[in-house]
Amino acid sequence: MTIMTSPETITPRRSFLRDNPSVLWFMGLLGLFTLIVTLLSEGMGMGVISTNLVKILGMTLCLCLIAIAMDVVWGYCGILSLGHFAFFGLGGYAIGMWLMYARTEIVIRDSLGRGAIPPTEREVSEGVASQIFGVVGSSELPLIWSFAGSLPAQLALVVLVPGVLALVFGWLAFRSRVTGVYLSILTQAMTLALSLYLFQNDTGLRGNNGLSGLQNIPGALEVPQAVISVWFFWASALALGLGYLLFAWVVSGKFGSVIRAIRDNEARVRFLGYNVEGYKLFVFTLTAVVAGIAGALYYPQAGIINPAEIAPIASIYLAVWVAIGGRGRLYGAVIGAAFVSLLSSWLTGGGAPNVDLGLFRIVWTDWWLVLLGLGFVAVTLFFPKGIGGLFDYLVRKQP
Amino acid sequence: MKACLMLRRLCAFALIWQLILSPVMAQDESDTPLQDVLQTVQSEVANPSRGTVPAVLQALMAADAPGTVDFLRTWSDREVYERPADGLFFYATAEGSSLTLIDIDTGAEVATVTSRDVSQIRPNAGVRREIGASLVAFELTHPDADRRMAALASAARSPDPDQLPAIRAARAEEEDSAIAARMDRLIALLVARYDQDSTTRVEAIGALRGDVSTPARSVLNQLLATRADFAETLPEDVNIARIKTPGEDISLSAAYAVLVGADLAPAAPGRNAIRDALRANVVDGQVGGVPVHQLDNDADRIAAYQALEDAGIVPPLVTEADVADAVSQYVFFDAYLEPDAAVTTAAEAARSSTSLRVSGYQFLSLSLDALSLASIFFLAAIGLAITFGVMRVINMAHGEFIMMGAYTGYVVQTIIPNYTASLAVALPLAFAVTFLAGVVMERLVIRHLYTRPLETLLATFGISIALQQLAKNIFGTQARPVTAPDWLAGAIQINDLVSVAAVRVGIFVMAALFLLLLLYILNRTRLGLEVRAVTQNPGMAASMGINPDRINMLTFGLGSGIAGVAGVAIGLVAQVTSEMGANYIVQSFMTVVVGGVGSVFGTLAGAALIGSLQKGIEWFNPANTLAAQTFMVLFIILFIQFRPKGIVALKGRAAGD
Amino acid sequence: MMKKTLLSAAAITALMTAAPAMADCPIKVGVLHSLSGSMAISETTLRDVMQMLVAEQNAKGGVLGCELEAVVVDPASDWPLFAELTRQLLTVDEVDVIFGAWTSVSRKALLPVLEELNGLFFYPVQYEGQESSRNVFYTGAAPNQQAIPAVDYFIDELGVESFALLGTDYVYPRTTNAILESYLLSKGIAAEDIFVNYTPFGHADWSTIVSDVVGLGAGGKQVGVISTINGDANVGFYTELAAQGVSADDIPVVAFSVGEEELSGLDTSRLVGHLAAWNYFMSADTPENEAFITAWHEFIGSTDRVTNDPMEAHYIGFNMWVNAVEAAGTTDVDAVREAMWGQEFPNLTGGMAVMNTNHHLSKPVLIGEIRADGQFDIISQTPEVAGEAWSPFLEESASWTSDWQELECGMYDTATDTCVQLTSNY
Repeated sequence: MTIMTSPETITPRRSFLRDNPSVLWFMGLLGLFTLIVTLLSEGMGMGVISTNLVKILGMTLCLCLIAIAMDVVWGYCGILSLGHFAFFGLGGYAIGMWLMYARTEIVIRDSLGRGAIPPTEREVSEGVASQIFGVVGSSELPLIWSFAGSLPAQLALVVLVPGVLALVFGWLAFRSRVTGVYLSILTQAMTLALSLYLFQNDTGLRGNNGLSGLQNIPGALEVPQAVISVWFFWASALALGLGYLLFAWVVSGKFGSVIRAIRDNEARVRFLGYNVEGYKLFVFTLTAVVAGIAGALYYPQAGIINPAEIAPIASIYLAVWVAIGGRGRLYGAVIGAAFVSLLSSWLTGGGAPNVDLGLFRIVWTDWWLVLLGLGFVAVTLFFPKGIGGLFDYLVRKQP
Repeated sequence: MKACLMLRRLCAFALIWQLILSPVMAQDESDTPLQDVLQTVQSEVANPSRGTVPAVLQALMAADAPGTVDFLRTWSDREVYERPADGLFFYATAEGSSLTLIDIDTGAEVATVTSRDVSQIRPNAGVRREIGASLVAFELTHPDADRRMAALASAARSPDPDQLPAIRAARAEEEDSAIAARMDRLIALLVARYDQDSTTRVEAIGALRGDVSTPARSVLNQLLATRADFAETLPEDVNIARIKTPGEDISLSAAYAVLVGADLAPAAPGRNAIRDALRANVVDGQVGGVPVHQLDNDADRIAAYQALEDAGIVPPLVTEADVADAVSQYVFFDAYLEPDAAVTTAAEAARSSTSLRVSGYQFLSLSLDALSLASIFFLAAIGLAITFGVMRVINMAHGEFIMMGAYTGYVVQTIIPNYTASLAVALPLAFAVTFLAGVVMERLVIRHLYTRPLETLLATFGISIALQQLAKNIFGTQARPVTAPDWLAGAIQINDLVSVAAVRVGIFVMAALFLLLLLYILNRTRLGLEVRAVTQNPGMAASMGINPDRINMLTFGLGSGIAGVAGVAIGLVAQVTSEMGANYIVQSFMTVVVGGVGSVFGTLAGAALIGSLQKGIEWFNPANTLAAQTFMVLFIILFIQFRPKGIVALKGRAAGD
Repeated sequence: MMKKTLLSAAAITALMTAAPAMADCPIKVGVLHSLSGSMAISETTLRDVMQMLVAEQNAKGGVLGCELEAVVVDPASDWPLFAELTRQLLTVDEVDVIFGAWTSVSRKALLPVLEELNGLFFYPVQYEGQESSRNVFYTGAAPNQQAIPAVDYFIDELGVESFALLGTDYVYPRTTNAILESYLLSKGIAAEDIFVNYTPFGHADWSTIVSDVVGLGAGGKQVGVISTINGDANVGFYTELAAQGVSADDIPVVAFSVGEEELSGLDTSRLVGHLAAWNYFMSADTPENEAFITAWHEFIGSTDRVTNDPMEAHYIGFNMWVNAVEAAGTTDVDAVREAMWGQEFPNLTGGMAVMNTNHHLSKPVLIGEIRADGQFDIISQTPEVAGEAWSPFLEESASWTSDWQELECGMYDTATDTCVQLTSNY
């Protein structure tokens, strides 16, 4: 089953793969990893890896996907966006609406169907609304839930909402030549506005509570989570593989040269006659869409999405991952996201033993963020190439 | 129920009043000991409630035992104890957890017990208000001016026509002009509301024109209180406020609901009622001839219902025509509770002449709030305006410097208990601490990244994350207050509508001082000259003998130091938490960017714009403050689209780009 | 049909997960409270209380002859992590019961996992109601055990006729205020005398809102504030109240989220007389409470630490669970659940708490006035009130009820006599 991500089946251009051996390496490793996890999983294999861990690994793959998107927009194109986690969240919300609505609709139809007369469509939708919004003191289905019952529509929204938002925002920003740190701050403001907006109950997305119970997949309610977790792991691996391929292809050709040139000297590229704004807008929007897809795969595994996920700090962490992993190389972003997020959940999850120094006890849950922050400063100052930079040494040693 | 309560209180009050007015009676106190009187209303005294206390007061006043007034005061102050064993009441003095009980009548010490042997009687605020009102007559003539003032406030809180003679009598004796003036006002309000004579009332109401004080407006509003009613023809004997045309002033369905409530029209079966009726009448898989499986839409359901209706099984549907027809047979109106039309006319006139002034003052109040918010934004952003605006260094840890300042204020306060002294120490100390932190950060990190602004952004993010967590580790996650000294604790009250907390005025003054100081430093001192020189052309400045390293360090320190002071100021009005910096950082950048990078006046303009904008949006949508913040950020994003250089755009070489 | 399959599915999972526990020693007690992040300040205390209760029980000889072992994990105030760790506790650590959570959103996050794996959970915090999970026992107050008695007190004792409902914008204030609005209307309070405002978490700028509330006084009616303001924002709110000179005599404020712990950082001398409604106050003068406070101070090693309502909830919940396990003779979830119904345990404030079949407690409601020392004067204590899972004052839940014993359903529609669903709405 997992062979679907193996590189042989997807071969767009031979020369491209020959030029980018790292893509083959990555695909191979990802396929192998997927296979191992599947074989060891609780749902499909030997049960060495708990369902919980499968979920964590699947979510980590999604984080790797958004990290490579971030790497393309920042490491390659030079736009330090502090808004990509917002696109990630929007993707999650779009799919979450369907998951919640459809699951509740099954329950309601079942319950009303047991009555003496069949329910009207309006009664069903009111029943769903009072189930979903009863917990936030309302029973009306907001307008934005109009398509929540339809999976294709919500899947389209996973792509459309982040895409259109990025397009409009990017168009406004790039058009007025907002660049550099100004753009970063502007994207951060956008993220802040969005998370504040979603925090309101009036928004119709259940405010601070967000959408929950997303791990229950309508139509597969009887399937144990152990199996569902593997399904989502596969989907995440596939998405990461395809995303990696897509971005490797995007940054490898002439297009890649242009966006790197924009990063290095925007004015000069403009003088050469390139439509700089168009290129930037394309990269910004494309990465936003990929971020949305990553989010749509992430949150059904997490089980809950709420506005705190979108807070500006999340997007900053995203930048931290990419910087630590190594900017300007896709596998660097993957390493950074996987390494930092897994380390972080290990240390803050209480899994790591605390270090007793006699006078002082290092409690990792307390000190991890301090270390991360300072480590990040150190990386910025001393190792701008991040962990990925280590590979340069390896490669250089082999003639 | 309420009227009866009121009446009982009136009785009690009248009795007290009698007590004072007739010295003969007062001397002729009854001989029954107070304890015995109390035992007649034992459970009401032991478990006082607003509903039962008037009866107790009445009983106590009627019995008129010696020491009644003192007992009432002590009772109200929660210093009376009940011994459950025998139900007797005692005063007590406490020592640790043991209490020495004192006999209410003799004042003798009775016994020493633990707090669990007796129960302390705790009259709630409502009961205490009743007791306070019954004591007004005594307190109004009390030698202590504060007590008289408190009694007046108490009388104003529960206005009562029977208080008039007591207040008038006290007014005649009053020598303190401030208290006398308040008494006059209270008398006027009571007359306007309760006097028997219509012309006197109209006159008193006329005097309330333009009076924006809360009691005056509340008297007018109470005089103009209405009730909704309806009748077949407009009644002659009620004081009509307005007639409501169905369909315009009152919706047809609401009007119909009123009729249904009065049993004058049949209730219209709603969707649920129809559903339930159908559900109850399923016969052989059919309802009214319609197969059950078809009943999944409203049209078929109504058809089936009509079939049932024709069979006489269910109450009829009510059509829109039925509703309109039923409603048209009645006239709907609001009637004043006050029967005297002359009084209500005068009150309407007074209220409408006040309302314009009220909105004026409300606008002023909102503007002051906006000003206060703007000065907080300004203080938070001004440090950033220096580091970002002048040096072009992005310091994402600026918010954490604000937090450091605020925590400095908190720590100083825990060491120096005197709030004034601690504030006086905290302000310079916060400046020193964050100045140092800024200098260290500049030396260690930022210096290496002057040519790479995006990297500066990242590195300072890292520092911000680390500092935030560090603060959590040290101070915990609980919000800490920086308490203002007493002289800053109150409010500056212009009238009942406009008042500003003194702290906010203090912050405004501080913001203004910093503005002046900064302008002075940048434009009138050697340092300022050098800063501007280094900013515009570091190479040239260095060749003129200026040490750019030193200047950058000092400038950064200055900007950070101001953030620290801002932190103390913000701590005075809001909570100090490890995350407070993050709440201000985006807003501060917005303030600087909107105002125009590199200009102190720009920051001022930015803060003013954002502050008033936020208050403006809040005013439009007072129910949701979160929406205001969202819209504000959206506005700023759009604003930057159209004026990317901000309000005060630098021109020429200083602009830099 | 669906009910049947669900039940059998639940039974199978119950057999799978809970069966081995019958024989296993030690008996494991999961503790799922945030020890870091924004909720740590409130929840760390509850972790400590649980450790104290487990230690006390072990000193008494444990349960069923087994030692109790507390398995403490840290969900770090991160809501998805609550779901993740619940799964870990139930499947990896195989605990027999979990005590945990504080915020509603964290409870909603872990509910699906809990119901999927048929765990047993005790939730100790006052909440918005509208829920009755098969697997959760709610030892905190439902709205009818806190909000409604407080409003009654406002109306009957303080004569309040004009209400300002101020809350932080999240599920607890939203639902509570929706219930209260409907309740106030039913009490004859006009809609225009109810002012509702929501502010963000950690809101700091209270001047306009406090002025608005003061401005309500012009209507000539006694104004009262019902505050569901959460956490940090209270500091700014009470500071502004004090600064604008709003005394409890003029405009009383009753808070549902402010207790001893929250006041411990504040200068309360300017807040004297404002109110809070809870099921427990530290100042309750009973022998049980004194013993509890002494034990707590000994355990934590400081006499400065306060006790509060959720701590009492854990105290009652834990002891009821111990008694239920003893009664059932096993830690099997379904057996313990059934033994929980009707469990009685003395409150720390006097009287007897009873666990009802809707998984909510009957508890007395206390109203306290803030004293200058940061404690509360208890000025009103009702007899035990049974917690309502579904509020009769909300239209959509008016006909719903919960009874796991007779109806075997937590969301039962009495209008149609059907069980809407066996799981919860998250």
